[in-house]
Amino acid sequence: MITLAVDTSTDVRVGIARDGVVLASGSVENPRAHAEQLMPLVESTLASVGLALGDVDAIVAGVGPGPFTGLRVGVVTATTLGLVLRRPVKGVCSLDAVAAAWSDAPERFVAVSDARRREVYWAVYAGGVRVEGPFVTAPSEVPDLPLAGPGAELVRPTSGPTILDAGVFAATASEMPDAGLEPLYLRRPDAELPTAKKTTIPQPRVSIRKRP
Amino acid sequence: MTGPLILGIESSCDETGVGIVRGRELLANEVASSVDQHARWGGVVPEVASRAHLQAMVPALERALAKADVDLTEIDAIAVTAGPGLMGALVIGLASAKALAASLNKPLYGVNHLVGHVAVDILEHGPLDMPCGALLVSGGHTNLLKVDDLTSSITEVGTTIDDAAGEAYDKVARLLGLGYPGGPIVDKAAASGDPKAIAFPRGLTARHDLAKHRFDFSFSGLKTAVARWVETARLEGREVPIDDVCASFQEAVADVLTAKAVDMCDHYGLKQFVIGGGVAANSRLRTLLEERLAARGVALRRPRPGLCTDNGAMIAILGSEVVTAGLPPSASDIGADSGMPISKVLA
Ligand SMILES: [Zn+2]
Repeated sequence: MITLAVDTSTDVRVGIARDGVVLASGSVENPRAHAEQLMPLVESTLASVGLALGDVDAIVAGVGPGPFTGLRVGVVTATTLGLVLRRPVKGVCSLDAVAAAWSDAPERFVAVSDARRREVYWAVYAGGVRVEGPFVTAPSEVPDLPLAGPGAELVRPTSGPTILDAGVFAATASEMPDAGLEPLYLRRPDAELPTAKKTTIPQPRVSIRKRP
Repeated sequence: MTGPLILGIESSCDETGVGIVRGRELLANEVASSVDQHARWGGVVPEVASRAHLQAMVPALERALAKADVDLTEIDAIAVTAGPGLMGALVIGLASAKALAASLNKPLYGVNHLVGHVAVDILEHGPLDMPCGALLVSGGHTNLLKVDDLTSSITEVGTTIDDAAGEAYDKVARLLGLGYPGGPIVDKAAASGDPKAIAFPRGLTARHDLAKHRFDFSFSGLKTAVARWVETARLEGREVPIDDVCASFQEAVADVLTAKAVDMCDHYGLKQFVIGGGVAANSRLRTLLEERLAARGVALRRPRPGLCTDNGAMIAILGSEVVTAGLPPSASDIGADSGMPISKVLA
């Protein structure tokens, strides 16, 4: 069984596995090019091991936490592929994928990613299973445990893996808990509102965009 | 010859649209709107719109395919809005379109949303006679366009220098406490008001403005004038005649839009004129434009309201015209362009 994994919680990552064995792991290390690069990377990563989209049996997508725009690109890509290929699509917490890549992990540790605005996303793992989180907090609130993940260095020096290996993700995804196909936003949409413009008319203190 | 079977995806603002056309025949037009979720803010909140697009995209695709009664494998090409629009919203449609194109092994065409608003009337009233004029009016656009060739030569003759026309409607509706979106609400209230009750200003129509902004619009001064008028009335303890304010405001908007559209047709000798965008559904604008254009022998074309607002069919028909014209598909690594210029029909 061929599993295709996509994760856009950091930059652009694509992994392929066959029956739990990693076949390929690809990345485009650009955190702002998800819409441009994800689909080309899926095709080139598959092609690198002599496969095509039609060979894929199952699709998994990292649903974050992470920057929202990138996450949505990953999820809609996965769900659209699932629609066309008529294959199941599963959403997985991206921090679980980070944690799975730590081969000699300590009994308890924390996986961390960058939430920007001086905050981090994190979750606690014990015996390889997520037991707390994910949360979004200041780095100072992360428990004093060994760290892994792309945001770990924002908390303190780390001994675990700092990147999400999408090949490992694809190989281990079937054992990971189903997180659904809605990105793990952790923040309300109005927390993302830009600041208001000055106008002569009294209006709510939020900025809005033009309606078509 | 029935023409290519094209699936079009639109997600530039708060409407998730999937349309399917065969040549110039409309087979499906499924739209999911997040407008209700924006009402409490009085305008589109980008993050709210983007979350809604993600939830709506695949269900809209499924509904459109069922409605058109076609199988995905029959589709000849995928068209998608590449811009202009909200970046976080555009990328959802674009990513979905890329996944469709790659998995179906069919070409992808990233097209200009504004040109889609012009093209959509082909589905209702047949091919356009070029050159023609176009007025796009909505909460996001106020553009006067000259269309010499739908797929390769479009010029922006005028645009707003501040607010979009629909934005002015939203703001006036808000200051009168009428709700959101403003267009239909103000139009309804205006129906029982006197359009001559209050003389609101017509932006950029004074002689000194015409020299530099003959075909441009400004609605910010009008919005402020309405706000001041209402404020003064309230301060003086007078009851605000909502219907008259709406009718007089709407008259000012329709008058200036129409006057400049007519001037443009005269200037370029145009004989056909298309309107599109949400405000194109406005009753007064349509009546006034029809009257004034007819007096000059210019035919007005307006698609039905459901095709005026953002939808996938307008992207599909533009894709169909682009494919038929033999233009090359977009590269697989194209991005969304939130400020895509009207001079670019294809990304
Ligand atoms: Zn539009």
